[in-house]
Amino acid sequence: MSVIGKIVTLLRGSARELGESIVDANGVRIYEQEIRDARDAIAQAKNDLAGVMAKEMQSAREIERMRAEIERLEKLAVEALNKGKPDLAEEVAARIAEQEAELERQTQLHADYALQSNRLKDLIKTSEAKIREHEREVQMAKATESVYKATQSIADNIVSSGSKLVSARESLDRIKKRHEDLADRMTAADTLDRDLGTKALEIKLAEAGIGEDIQRKSKVMARIQARQAAVESKA
Amino acid sequence: MKSLQERLGGLDTVLSARLGGAPVSLQPMPGEIPVIQTVIGGREELPIFITASDAQVLCICYLWKDDEIVPEKRLELLELLLDLNPAIPLSSFGKVEGRYVLFGALSRDARIDDIASDIVALSDNAIDALDALSGYLS
Repeated sequence: MSVIGKIVTLLRGSARELGESIVDANGVRIYEQEIRDARDAIAQAKNDLAGVMAKEMQSAREIERMRAEIERLEKLAVEALNKGKPDLAEEVAARIAEQEAELERQTQLHADYALQSNRLKDLIKTSEAKIREHEREVQMAKATESVYKATQSIADNIVSSGSKLVSARESLDRIKKRHEDLADRMTAADTLDRDLGTKALEIKLAEAGIGEDIQRKSKVMARIQARQAAVESKA
Repeated sequence: MKSLQERLGGLDTVLSARLGGAPVSLQPMPGEIPVIQTVIGGREELPIFITASDAQVLCICYLWKDDEIVPEKRLELLELLLDLNPAIPLSSFGKVEGRYVLFGALSRDARIDDIASDIVALSDNAIDALDALSGYLS
């Protein structure tokens, strides 16, 4: 079964169980050991595969060589018969028989090597798949464990601190209210500044004809009047 | 391997800067598995819990309990959550022991900046989701 399949089965049972059974520490150790074993098996299989494939090629060459040799010997036997030397032909036939037996053995060997190398290739494939599966399993188990144990710590802590999780609506209302309070405070500060702040005071003073701006204007006016008087007296 | 708390060193400062200076506190929780509680000033009701396993760093924000869902709107809500999942940046809806959560998962090699981005997104998304989905809750 897939890892997610297992989690689904456990979830249908009890959520609490999920934290415990999938994450059985012993199970995780077994998987981790299996992952190491599968890695070793792959390394060994790759090594073996190289050797077997070399032998497979060697035996293919040997078979080729023997077939050629048998062909050559048969031609020689025919020649011996043609020259009226049946004894010699017989001798060659005996050699051919030997070669044929050897060829048969070599052919069998070649088939064995081919079978072995296919088996090793399959082993590598299944071991790789096993590693992937177990790694996923261990990772998911650990993630699940971590989440459920963390949840446990959070729940325990909330209980022990005496505080209780309020409902989502209450939380939202409180957060919103705090935001509104802040916004209200900022608006109030602006209004206050306009009504009672430094700007407001200066406006009032100016309206009453008090303040530097007002004095500055009267000083400039006085200066202009003095200059005008000077020009008039010259003229 | 470094402890979770060591790995998250400086996260509060980075977070606070991203949140325009809002106070941020990181607190380890007692328990078998390391969990760090992140509380953001002004959002105290929605703390973010950070935990790590061999494979990932997980940031979780609790949204609502099973029994808070209006029963007749349950199926509609569940389908909506599935529809929303691919659309929400960085966060996904999930369920842990009867509680609905919004969570972000990061590689265990994630940098502090990445974790901070995830937490800020998670916190914003959580408030947004509660606001948008509160009609389904009692």
